[in-house]
Amino acid sequence: MDYLSLTEARDALRKGETTSVDLTQAMLDRIVALDNDVNSYLTITDEMALAQAAAADKRRANGDDTPLLGIPIAVKDIISVQGVPNTAGSKILDGFVPPYNAFVVDKLEEAGAVILGKTNTDEFAMGSSTENSGFFTTSNPWDLERVPGGSSGGSAAAVSAGLAYAALGTDTGGSVRQPASFCSLVGLRPTYGRLSRWGVVAFASSLDQVGHFGRTVADCTAIFQATAGYDPRDSTSLNVEVPDFEAALTGDINGLKVGVPQEYFIEGIDAEVETAVRTAIAKLEELGAEIVKISLPHTQYALPVYYLIAPAEASANLARYDGVRYGPRAKGSDMIDSVKKTRALFGAEVKRRIMLGTYALSAGYYDEYYGRALKVRTLIKQDFLDAFEQVDVIACPTSPTTAFKIGEKADDPLAMYLADIFTLSVNLSASCGLNVPCGFDSKGLPIGLQLIGNTLQEATILNAAYAYEQATAWHKQQPTIGGNL
Amino acid sequence: MSLTPQDVEKIANLARLELTPAEKAQYLEQLTAVLDYAEMLNELDLEGIQPTAHAIAQENIMREDIAVPGLAIDEVLFNAPKQAQNQFLIQSVLDE
Repeated sequence: MDYLSLTEARDALRKGETTSVDLTQAMLDRIVALDNDVNSYLTITDEMALAQAAAADKRRANGDDTPLLGIPIAVKDIISVQGVPNTAGSKILDGFVPPYNAFVVDKLEEAGAVILGKTNTDEFAMGSSTENSGFFTTSNPWDLERVPGGSSGGSAAAVSAGLAYAALGTDTGGSVRQPASFCSLVGLRPTYGRLSRWGVVAFASSLDQVGHFGRTVADCTAIFQATAGYDPRDSTSLNVEVPDFEAALTGDINGLKVGVPQEYFIEGIDAEVETAVRTAIAKLEELGAEIVKISLPHTQYALPVYYLIAPAEASANLARYDGVRYGPRAKGSDMIDSVKKTRALFGAEVKRRIMLGTYALSAGYYDEYYGRALKVRTLIKQDFLDAFEQVDVIACPTSPTTAFKIGEKADDPLAMYLADIFTLSVNLSASCGLNVPCGFDSKGLPIGLQLIGNTLQEATILNAAYAYEQATAWHKQQPTIGGNL
Repeated sequence: MSLTPQDVEKIANLARLELTPAEKAQYLEQLTAVLDYAEMLNELDLEGIQPTAHAIAQENIMREDIAVPGLAIDEVLFNAPKQAQNQFLIQSVLDE
């Protein structure tokens, strides 16, 4: 039961072979048994989950069949669920209980999902390993001594370990795709504006987007479908029609033009990752796709651009944590001193990025750093627009390496930032992207293929991933943790 | 890039962060490394290039000016570290 896919669990519920209460209780039991090792959840909402499950079973008995009715899922602890603590992985939000649901959580509830709990994250989603969480580090279910990736590492580890059928994360620079790659999951970062960010704790507002994890393309698509849509409360959400993404999964990619950017196969990329990704691209060709060599000439600038823009936006967004309206408050000699002492609750990486962003925005340096980064962002965006004149999809690695060991990069911020080198450009441009599992290295660690699509073309990349998945068996492998209890 | 200890002090104060001497030394080194890395942006000729603040630019979107119910006062104040008389309570800012 633990490793039924979401769509299989949905079929079982529809046929009356199981109930949501049974599925939910089994998941909660498995969380109790295994999460001491994985550490994926920050809060387990067992009472709420069982109540939602009972309500879902009742709705089904009355003839209801909404898309996620009775399916137990997990939510990254940066997305507000009314009445449930929301820490964003930070001690500065310890004890904060949001008084309303995020838009995507309202959508999940409409779709009938059961929320098992809130998953661990790097503090304010700043990180690539969950080591920056203010509470604890999550382990990779494929090797407990390694990181699950980040920042949505808790969600990735939970879905990978069979502790949820699917999960929500957020992706500001790769925080869904990179952990999906490290944990052998399908992870989608939709186009900016495809979903509302209402009720999601802000990190870098021009880059943040809710994303989705599933063990299969169909699972990821189901939870994405349920949460997509326009919301007038987020002025950057796009008032466009939401297509039937599930119907778009035909598996037919005959004639699909797949671009392979030369700049993504660079020195420093793990040889086993390169081989697996190139083999996956050959598989796409075998399935009828036309492979086209392309160039994204400003690729190397994405990392410095991102690490100026994201911290600049973060330094502004995080100014609100002053201990006045929520969170703990420290007492200093005067008001300013109290604010400073309260903000000592931020972790090292968050302080580092606030410092960097404040500097990039400060008088005398704005044009040199932030202003320059915004202009180079234009060039990066144009690279993608030019590429999508020639091709439908871009294929490349999601991460230059497989999962690294806990502690390996913790003291070297720049080395950690390089883990995101292949994912950042999607956020800076108007593209969408996903990770689909494409193999394992000699240590048994998962490798991921990244597929990038043009603005609002999620259906195209999901279908390409589906075609690849149906022709391979990577998604059928599960980590051995806990076995089938 | 020559970031000085005084720069670090100044930025920390602007950002309302209180840093220990060890943190100051560490951030001086690490921020310098990141800013040095960002120097590569100076290679590019950006004459005439417009800045992109949002990947998908949107015009201001106005809604009808219709009152809708908001959160109740007790919900708004639920998370406040200190409150009194339906207000957030803070230390006095001005001398009495």
